Amino acid sequence: MVDAFLNASGREMSLKDKFFEFNWGFLLLVFAIASMGFAMLYSVADGNFDPWASRQAVRFGIGVCVLFVVAFVDIRVWMNLAYPAYGVALALLVGVEFLGFRGMGAQRWIDLGFIQLQPSELMKITLILALARYFHGLTLDQVSRLRFLVAPALMIGVPFYLTLRQPDLGTAMLIAIVGVVLLFMAGLAWRYFIVGGLAALGAIPVAWGMLHDYQKQRVLTFLDPESDPLGSGYHILQSKIALGSGGVFGKGFMEGTQSHLNFLPEKHTDFIFTMLAEELGLVGGLTLLGLYVMVLMFGLTVGLQTRNQFGRLLAIGITVNFFLYIFINTAMVMGLVPVVGVPLPLVSYGGTAMLTLMLGFGFLMSVYIHRNYEITRNPGAFW
Amino acid sequence: MLTDGTDNVRFKTFSRRAAILGGAQLLVFGGLASRMYYLQVLKSSEYQMLAEENRVNMRLLAPLRGEILDRFGTVLASNRQNFRVLLIPEQTPDIEETLTKLNRVVPLSETQWKRVLRDARRSPAFLPITVSENLSWAQFAQVNIHEPDLAGIEPDVGETRHYPHGQALAHVVGYVAAVSERDLDDEDPLLKLPGFRIGKSGLERRLDSELRGTAGASHVEVNAYGRVIRELSKDPGTPGSKVVLTLDMDLQKYATERLAGEAAAAVVMDIHTGDVLASVSTPAYDPNDFNVGLSQATWNGLIENPYKPLVNKTIAGQYPPGSTFKMVVAAAAVDSGLVNPNQKVQCTGKITLGNHDFHCWKRRGHGYVNMLDSIMHSCDIYFYEIAKKIGIDRIEEMAHKFGLGETYGYEVPGEKPGLVPSRGWKRATTGAPWQQGETLIAGIGQGYLLATPLQLAVMTSRLANGGKAVKPRLVRSVGEEGRFSSPAEPIGVSDRALALAREGMNRVSNHPRGTAFRARLDEPGMSLAGKTGTAQVRRITRAERESGVLSNEEIEWRRRDHALFVAYAPVEDPRYAVSVVVEHGSSGSRTAAPVARDIMRLVLERDPSNRLAQGSQGPATSQVQPLREG
Repeated sequence: MVDAFLNASGREMSLKDKFFEFNWGFLLLVFAIASMGFAMLYSVADGNFDPWASRQAVRFGIGVCVLFVVAFVDIRVWMNLAYPAYGVALALLVGVEFLGFRGMGAQRWIDLGFIQLQPSELMKITLILALARYFHGLTLDQVSRLRFLVAPALMIGVPFYLTLRQPDLGTAMLIAIVGVVLLFMAGLAWRYFIVGGLAALGAIPVAWGMLHDYQKQRVLTFLDPESDPLGSGYHILQSKIALGSGGVFGKGFMEGTQSHLNFLPEKHTDFIFTMLAEELGLVGGLTLLGLYVMVLMFGLTVGLQTRNQFGRLLAIGITVNFFLYIFINTAMVMGLVPVVGVPLPLVSYGGTAMLTLMLGFGFLMSVYIHRNYEITRNPGAFW
Repeated sequence: MLTDGTDNVRFKTFSRRAAILGGAQLLVFGGLASRMYYLQVLKSSEYQMLAEENRVNMRLLAPLRGEILDRFGTVLASNRQNFRVLLIPEQTPDIEETLTKLNRVVPLSETQWKRVLRDARRSPAFLPITVSENLSWAQFAQVNIHEPDLAGIEPDVGETRHYPHGQALAHVVGYVAAVSERDLDDEDPLLKLPGFRIGKSGLERRLDSELRGTAGASHVEVNAYGRVIRELSKDPGTPGSKVVLTLDMDLQKYATERLAGEAAAAVVMDIHTGDVLASVSTPAYDPNDFNVGLSQATWNGLIENPYKPLVNKTIAGQYPPGSTFKMVVAAAAVDSGLVNPNQKVQCTGKITLGNHDFHCWKRRGHGYVNMLDSIMHSCDIYFYEIAKKIGIDRIEEMAHKFGLGETYGYEVPGEKPGLVPSRGWKRATTGAPWQQGETLIAGIGQGYLLATPLQLAVMTSRLANGGKAVKPRLVRSVGEEGRFSSPAEPIGVSDRALALAREGMNRVSNHPRGTAFRARLDEPGMSLAGKTGTAQVRRITRAERESGVLSNEEIEWRRRDHALFVAYAPVEDPRYAVSVVVEHGSSGSRTAAPVARDIMRLVLERDPSNRLAQGSQGPATSQVQPLREG
């Protein structure tokens, strides 16, 4: 059994090997993106590290440590922990129903004393782990068989329902989409996607009825923001003004008038991309998007280079999750999708999101370091 | 080593689908990039405009209102610092408490207190509210000292209009006051500034646009809540033009004091240029009160005062010119050729026309009088006779030549034209034809005839300057631009007629039997020629006339005769004209003439060409005994 865990070169990797395998270029990329975030947070505070940039940097530092630790742990350990981790996350998510406290009109957090944990964030990562683990154990034929789809459907459906109940439409959608993408990558037959797509279309009226009024309002406002320029359409309108007025080269660092004069709401969190685009212009915005694309392409490449299905799916899942954050956030501030509370990864101010992302990148790096490991479909306990 | 043969198949599927996924992601990023291109390049200018609208607010700055000066540079209207106290609601935890504290330093009225609380509720918390204005320096200093204890209280210095001479110039300079609804036809954005004042009467109103200047602007950056973040640029605007008047403030003040207590008007003119050296209407009001806002009691007092302090009597007071009109009739008679000025007319005290008796002011009559005598004595019978002879048309024509019944485009608004009746006018107004009796009454300046004190001064000027159509002017310059009137045209009256009229006036003042001999000037080099006038206000009934006409002292004030006097000086080389009207002053010679004489003395003393008048003889109050004249 033991040689089943050996890598292609036929030996276990030492910590030193792993250190050299670690992709330092990727870390630099992550650092570059986070730095743009620090700069914007510094600008939001009118040229002060307090209160945002400094704390964000500290969190990023902790995040890097987490990334290192997670990356150097053997990928098989993570594979073994996938289900238990998912179980814990699910338990916490259920726990919110009873223990969670209300904040900002939504029940999302669990107060653990030292940190306010947002189980739905944890769920996004553990769901990817669990699904990757599950599909790793299936042959391609089995993936498309209905009886093998019950488990992943529940794995995705239960947390989706629970987060939707909180209510956190944004996270729920992210969980669902990530799950579906993993099904797709695992090789689920096309027919399911066609049938599923048609079913989703049919479900829209039903789903509409289940939405909360404020969520409906957001969607309606999105469709016609000018209808309520000072109310719920205000955010999107001001965001477009700020972004559009930035022009090609922007108004200059710390010179963003709209954001600095508070026309732009939530500028240090969800609307930070607007501020960046206002101050650094099209050039700055595309630069950041370019860096993101590089991360995504790296994730894709990792998936393609990995010799075990768990690693591949994990890499893709994390990449897709990352992609969805970027897409939803930027498309939202550009007025392409309704306003939902999704941060811009590594740039928006926020602790949980930062740690979750670095945790994900840790897994990605672990996959990368151990990409040559071939793992049997049912490896049993690693330790 | 290969543990599971199916992994190759799984990997193939995975790779294919990863390519699709990667492609889809790149496509999405392409979409995002083009959306950014659309917003930041194609729509950029549109959003930049919206952004500017968002952020830049223009705050108007009131320009300094132009000063008004007299001919010697004495300030007649200026701007004074207005010490005030502002409250910024957001800077105080408890407005009531702050006001209570402030109240110990600057007493606040109930209304002020309520208004502040109301304004604080209505306006954004960062906007300053005016708590109290026009504080004394001592009060202002107190506020400054206590400022550390007064959270949210801000001492501030604004500008307010100030009229240092108060009542003396009220009717000439006018006043400024808050903008009313009606004023908003004027599109000047300044009018919408809170606390902005515009000219409401007098020169302040007529020259408002020149005095006002143009608004400055401060472009300020505001945040989403409207709070000012910083000033981007500042344009101080153009201050209003400085206006220099022809007035002589010392003379104006003296004349005002001299007429104090009466409802009266006086105008002093340069007969050659038309420069108005003094223009007094009493009683007046303090224009400074209007600036702050009048109390209801003050306003009611002004409205109800029978002496009508709000009316500028120099241009809006219309009085029968009475005997002062006799020079015009005399000139018309001479130029008509129908009257020989040397031919005598017998005055028996009354003439009869139809079944109407027309009386002379002197019941027993003047005996035989020629034209000069009749002006000197102000004999009414003579003028009835010559008026009858020449007719109303000639009188009317001559009156217009002397500027009666006309307006001159005078700078102070509210100029009334007076009235010179004519046949056409009477038919149009009453529908009845002209009666010959009315010609007779017109001959002594009564009946329908009305003239303003300004018109009387113009009439006298034209008489004294050799028949030039001089017009009054009050404004010497506005800003850099001088205002000169073109040389006056001849009015078309013969020198002979003018000389006769002037000689008549000379005798009025300087002949021992003249009606104003006691109000003469006999300092060396100073002499005036004048004409008294007593305009009847009531109609004297036949019964009263038979039982003896009541003296003015015996009847109530508002039924007494108006007292008038017009004069020019010096007699030998006339330069100045003066007119004085004292409402219900009973007698021209007794009430109006001494005032005119005293004013004229000061005018002559102040004349730069007068070398004789030296030393310190100030304008003495009149010691002249009352005279009796008709």
